[in-house]
Amino acid sequence: MNLSNASASLNAILPLVVVILWACALLLVDLFITKERKGLTALLAAIGMLASLIITLARLDLEAVVFNGMVTVDGFSNFLTVLFLGSGIVAVALSYDYLKRMGLEKGEYYVLLLFTVSGMMLMAVASDLIVVFLALELLSIPLYVLAGIATPRLDSEESSLKYFLLGSFSTGIVVYGIALVFGATGTTSLAGIVDAITAGSAGMGLLVAGAAMLLIGLGFKVALVPFHMWTPDVYQGAPSSVTAFMAIGAKAAGFAAILRIFIQAFPALSVDLTPVLWVLAALTMILGNVVAIAQRNIKRLLAYSSIANAGYILLALVPYGQSDVAADSVASALFYLLAYAFTSFTAWSVVIALEQVEGKGLELEDYAGLSRRYPILALTMTVAMLSFTGVPPTLGFLGKFYVFRTLLEGGFPGLAVIGVVTSLISAYYYLRVVVYMYMREGEPQAIRDPWLYIAATASAICLVVLGIFSQPLFAWASQAMLH
Amino acid sequence: MQTEQWLYIGVFLVLAPLLPAAAILIPRLIAPRKPNKIKQDTYECGMETVGETWIQFRVQYYIFALVFLIFDVELVFLYPWAVAFDVLPMFAVLEGVLFVAILIAGLVYAWRKGALEWR
Amino acid sequence: MIPLSWYLIFAAALFSIGLFAVLARRNAIVILMGIELMLNAVNINLVAFWRYVNPELIAGQVFAVMVFAVAAAEVAVALAIFISIYRRRRSVSADEIDLMKW
Repeated sequence: MNLSNASASLNAILPLVVVILWACALLLVDLFITKERKGLTALLAAIGMLASLIITLARLDLEAVVFNGMVTVDGFSNFLTVLFLGSGIVAVALSYDYLKRMGLEKGEYYVLLLFTVSGMMLMAVASDLIVVFLALELLSIPLYVLAGIATPRLDSEESSLKYFLLGSFSTGIVVYGIALVFGATGTTSLAGIVDAITAGSAGMGLLVAGAAMLLIGLGFKVALVPFHMWTPDVYQGAPSSVTAFMAIGAKAAGFAAILRIFIQAFPALSVDLTPVLWVLAALTMILGNVVAIAQRNIKRLLAYSSIANAGYILLALVPYGQSDVAADSVASALFYLLAYAFTSFTAWSVVIALEQVEGKGLELEDYAGLSRRYPILALTMTVAMLSFTGVPPTLGFLGKFYVFRTLLEGGFPGLAVIGVVTSLISAYYYLRVVVYMYMREGEPQAIRDPWLYIAATASAICLVVLGIFSQPLFAWASQAMLH
Repeated sequence: MQTEQWLYIGVFLVLAPLLPAAAILIPRLIAPRKPNKIKQDTYECGMETVGETWIQFRVQYYIFALVFLIFDVELVFLYPWAVAFDVLPMFAVLEGVLFVAILIAGLVYAWRKGALEWR
Repeated sequence: MIPLSWYLIFAAALFSIGLFAVLARRNAIVILMGIELMLNAVNINLVAFWRYVNPELIAGQVFAVMVFAVAAAEVAVALAIFISIYRRRRSVSADEIDLMKW
C-alpha cells in the first residue's frame, strides 16, 4: 500500500480516525483538568463526536472498499456510524449531571466512552473477520471498565466482573469460530469467504461449525436467550448512564457484526442456520417478555426488555438467506435498531432522573405519582413505554411493523405470530409503569437537570414525530443494503 | 522412516523417567545421612530465609505489573516492524511510529496518574 | 509431517478444558485462566490452519499475534477489576459475589 492509497484509505474512515485521535488526546488533556471542572472533559468529548458526526453526515453516500478489503464504507456502515455517534453524544448528555450526583466524576469516563464508540464505528465498517475481532474488543474492554467505574460501590464492581467474565468468554467463542471459518476457507475476508464457498473449495462442516460459534459468541454480546443470563445483573449493577449506553451501543454493534457477517458471507449456510435463528428468536422474545413481568426494579425490567428487543431484531435476520428478502432484512433490522435506540434513551433518561444515591429510586413504587409532580418526565416515560410496546404512531410500532413484514415476505408466519403475541404480553409490564405513574399516589423524587430533560423530551418527540413521518427514515435504512 | 522416528520417541520415553529416578534413588541408598538444622533449612541461594513463605506482596506491585504486561506484549507488533524496517513502504513505517506514539501517550498517562511512583 | 487433524484435536481439547474451567470453576482467577486457555487454543488453530491451508497468506499468523496482544489487554483489565473487588471482599469467588441474583 503506497502513500496516496493509504491517504485514500484513511480518508474513507476519517470519522473513526477523528474519534480515536480525539480520545487519545483527551486522555492526556484530561490530566490537566481539575476535578471540579470535569464538565469541560464532557464537553470536549461531545465536541469530538459531534465533529465526527458532521463529517459522516456530510458524505452519507460515500462508498469505498479500503485497506485491502478489510474495511468497507457503505450505506450500512454510514447508517450505523450515525447511530453510534448519536448514542455517544446523548450518553454524554445523560452522564454529566448523573456522575456529579453520584460522585463519580472521572475524566476517564468520557475517554472510555470515546474508545468504545470508536470500537462500535470500527465494527460498522469491518469487512474482515480480523477487524471484526479487533472492533469487538475495542468496544468491549472500555465497557468492562465503564461498568465498574462506580468503584468502590460493590454492585458496580460486581457488574463489571460479571460483564468481563461473560464478555471475554464469548469473545473466546467468537475467535474460535473465526479460526474455524479461516480454516474452512483459507481467508478471513468476508468477500474471500463468499468466493471460497462459490468455488466449492470451502470445507462446509468446518464452516458451519465456525458460523455457529460466531452466532453463539455474538449472541452473548447482544443477549439472545439462552446466552442472556449476564444481562440483568450487569444492567442493574452498572451506573445507569453506562447501562443506557451499553443497552443501545453494544447491542447495535453486536447486531452490526451479525448482519454484516451472516448476510454478506454466509447466505449459503442459511439451510443450516435459519432453523437455529428461528428458535433463538422465539426463545428470546418469549423468555425476555415473560420474565420481565416479574421484575419490580426498573433497571432489571429494562434489562429484560432489552433482551426481548434483541429477539425482535433477530426476527429480521431469520429469512436472511433468501436473496430477494435480504435487503429488507437489513433495512428492517437497522430501522428497528434506530427505533430501539430512541425508545431506550427516552426511558433511561427518565430512570436516570429518578435515581438517587445508593441505588435508591429504582423500584416501580418510586414511580408512583410521577405524573403529578413531574408531568414532563411522566409523559416522556409514557411515550417510551408505548413505543416499546409497539403502539402506533410511535417509532417502536413501525420498527415492529417492518420486521414482521420482512418475516412474512420470507415466509415465516408462525414466528410472526409469536412476535405479535409476545408484544401483547409485553404490554402488561410496560403499561404497568404507566399505571404507576398516573394512577398511584406517591412522592417521587427527581432531579431537574437541563441536559437530561433536553435529551429525554427530544428523543420522546422524535419517537412520535419520526413515527408519523417515518418514510424518509425507512428509505434511508433501505439504501443501507449490503452488497 | 516413519517407524524409525517413533522408535526414537519410544526409547526416550523409557529413558526419560529412568535417569532421574536413578539419580534420586542411588544417593538415597548409599549416601550417609547426618541431618542438622542448617542442612534442613530451605535453600535460597545461600541466604537465610526471613519470615513466612506465604506472604502477600504489597499491592503497589500490581500496577507496575499491569503496566509492564501491556507494554511488554504490545512489543510483539514492534518486533516484525523493526526487523523489516528497511523494506517496508513509507506508510507502514509511519504506522509503526504512530503505534509507538500511542504507547507513549499511554505511558504519559500512567506517569501523570502516579502509577510509576512508589508510595 | 504430522497431519492437520492432530493440531485441531489438540486445540479442541485445550478449548474444552478452558470451557470446563469457565463453566465449572467458581474462582474468578481460574475462570480467567480458562478463558486464556480458550484463546490459546484459537491461536494453535490459526497457526495450524495458516500452515496447512493457505501458507502464502500471512493473515493467520497476524491474527494469532493480534489475539494474544488483545488477550493481554483483557488480562490487565481483568486483574484490575479482581484486585478492586478483592480489596473489599477478601475473595474473588464467583459464588460469593452474589449481591444481585444471577
